Amino acid sequence: MNPFKHLLVSVALIVPLLLATPAQAALAYVSNEKDNSLSVIDLSRFEVVDTIEVGQRPRGITFNQDYSLLYICASDDDTVQVLDVASKRIVANLPSGEDPEQFALHPDGDRLYISNEDSALVTVVNPLTHQVTGQIDVGVEPEGMAVSPDGKLVVNTSETTSMLHWIDTSTQQLVHNTKVDQRPRYVQFSQDGSQLWASAEIGGTVSVIDVASKEEIHKIRFNIRGIHRDKVQPVGIKLTSDGRYAFVALGPANHVAVIDAKTWEVLDYLLVGRRVWHMALTPDEKFLLTTNGISGDVSVIDIEHLKVTKSIKVGRYPWGLAIKPD
Amino acid sequence: MTQRLNTMTSTHTCSIYPVCLATLRRIPAMLPALLIPVLSMAWLLMILLMPTGTAVASPLSQPQQSIVVGYLELQLPSPPLLSNVLPEPEDNGLQGAILGISDNNAGGRFLGLAYTLEQARSADEAELGAALNRWQQQGIQLVLVNAPAATLNAFASQHPELLFFNVGSYDDELRIRHCLPNVLHTLPSRAMLTDALAQWLIKKKLKKWLLITGTRSQDKDYANAVRRSAKRFGGKIVADKDWTFDSDLRRSAQTEVPLFTQTKEYDAVVVADELGDFGEFLLYNTWYPRPVVGTQGLKPVGWHRVIEQWGAAQLQSRFDRQAKRWMTDKDYAAWAAMRSIGETLSHQVPYSATSIRSHLLGSQFELAGFKGRKLTYRNWNGQLRQPIALVHPRALVSQSPQEGYLHPHTELDTLGFDQPESQCRLADQID
Repeated sequence: MNPFKHLLVSVALIVPLLLATPAQAALAYVSNEKDNSLSVIDLSRFEVVDTIEVGQRPRGITFNQDYSLLYICASDDDTVQVLDVASKRIVANLPSGEDPEQFALHPDGDRLYISNEDSALVTVVNPLTHQVTGQIDVGVEPEGMAVSPDGKLVVNTSETTSMLHWIDTSTQQLVHNTKVDQRPRYVQFSQDGSQLWASAEIGGTVSVIDVASKEEIHKIRFNIRGIHRDKVQPVGIKLTSDGRYAFVALGPANHVAVIDAKTWEVLDYLLVGRRVWHMALTPDEKFLLTTNGISGDVSVIDIEHLKVTKSIKVGRYPWGLAIKPD
Repeated sequence: MTQRLNTMTSTHTCSIYPVCLATLRRIPAMLPALLIPVLSMAWLLMILLMPTGTAVASPLSQPQQSIVVGYLELQLPSPPLLSNVLPEPEDNGLQGAILGISDNNAGGRFLGLAYTLEQARSADEAELGAALNRWQQQGIQLVLVNAPAATLNAFASQHPELLFFNVGSYDDELRIRHCLPNVLHTLPSRAMLTDALAQWLIKKKLKKWLLITGTRSQDKDYANAVRRSAKRFGGKIVADKDWTFDSDLRRSAQTEVPLFTQTKEYDAVVVADELGDFGEFLLYNTWYPRPVVGTQGLKPVGWHRVIEQWGAAQLQSRFDRQAKRWMTDKDYAAWAAMRSIGETLSHQVPYSATSIRSHLLGSQFELAGFKGRKLTYRNWNGQLRQPIALVHPRALVSQSPQEGYLHPHTELDTLGFDQPESQCRLADQID
């Protein structure tokens, strides 16, 4: 075959591939706490395809409704940065209060509830107008944050006070406080909004809370062979939308617990990277991604087979995860 | 020497950051004058830029129960020291108690509990005793004591109905023989510190030690703890020397120390000089170029500014902002005592010395203390179980218990006096 023709054929085959891939694949954004950057993972190939420089000590990250903007807690810059996803540029810095760590976006898109870890406050910011619209006093070291699916309640955890603080979104007032085990880190509502799952890092437990009564209905404990129970420290939680599984990241125990979300029985422990912290489900919920801070990588868990299938090297101290569907 | 009794009551939580921050923000007219010393510029800007309609939601209103905790400190004269470059802070310990009260109030206001601190600090033990009598008449149940073992012993025996927290004495006897049924210890014992050091030395295969002991009684106590740890973990003291020099080492260390340390070959020099008279001058001057560890050099500590893992960065920054200095081990001990009280009362335990003591020594209690694992009390001698950091002045080197030191119950009990080694049986005396 004529070499020129050969080249043409190759180009004809490759070019559409190159053009098509970035537009089609879902992407995972990972905040690298000690690199001041985001790693972008292509979820069709599970490879890092981009690294974006951002502010200092990026931790919690979340997308807006249409995935055009990514909000980033730049903790050491005392701001929430707004990344324009298409241009990969920071287009705004929101007034977030001191040391923002985790946050949650109200389904209306006009209220960002931000934990100010250093000042025992939850700051409410309108990301559209860049205005602070409220501040709510909570316990010492506010951390985890979640909005109920109906948008009526926000729950914040305070690590040192060891409480869940329930905020009514219509009045921006505290309506209840629930005491949980030591150092609550993360809260996650079930799909139907009837349950709230809360992890306690030092307590070593996950509390399942009935949202109607705001009281604990079950406490999940963990027991991994060969690891002292004090080193099993639950942080991130993810629930599958079919109500089948709950996944709990167990920090320095380097495992993710697989829990039957209906019976609350722990089914399995999956070995991942070192100091596993936060997690995200892919849009089809076939895979779960975990950030592993000390080993500096992201583990990929195949949910159907409950197997860890890959680890992807990212930046230093990967912390948060947010996924943009294709 | 001052004989003044300094008794002060902080009657309102609002004198303490961050609780007062919320109240301050409600008084916009006072903002510029009040906020500048308290807040960072970023904060100030943000607050000034906030729309005037911004509401700060207040916690749920509840009837307030007042919880008063006492803090007693025997102010000791500081003897002349050779390495006196960095003196101990004047309010060492007290600032930790204040931060503990502040942290307790941040959660207590949601439960209807308002914590306040009564403090008495004096160089005269009799004046402290008078304050203690007064507090007892006022119904105070809990007192933190920052004083040597003898003073603590006297107060605890005179007031068996109060619960005391030892935040000032490392004394090993208090943990093994002089058992005080109404005292819990949040400060580590000397044995815990030297065990933490010994585990690290053995792990690093530094088994042969030169032990150098100062002239003061606490130096001898520290050296005894080192000898015990050596026996316990397999260290060998190849030379055991007392430091008796009285020359000014700031000028002569380079000539004197090499000769003094020319002994049978050692892997490490362990120094017992608690007040810091000569120990700092051993580093880089020893006959064999070996690490210096103990009260100087690589140092086992209950707390230090270089600890920032496990969320400790947050505690450090809260403390820095409040006290304008670094948090010490005694500050941490006082903070941990206050937080132990706060955690107990948040579980609906009544405010009485006996019920708080039973809860703290029982199996339900656990405290998150920024050390990577939950902290609990040993129910035989009332000692707070805790990991021990090994630090040099600018970095955390390691944290003991070291990996591989196993224990049937918890590895934390490889540090200090385990139940069979102590005559104390505090748990048997729970009513």
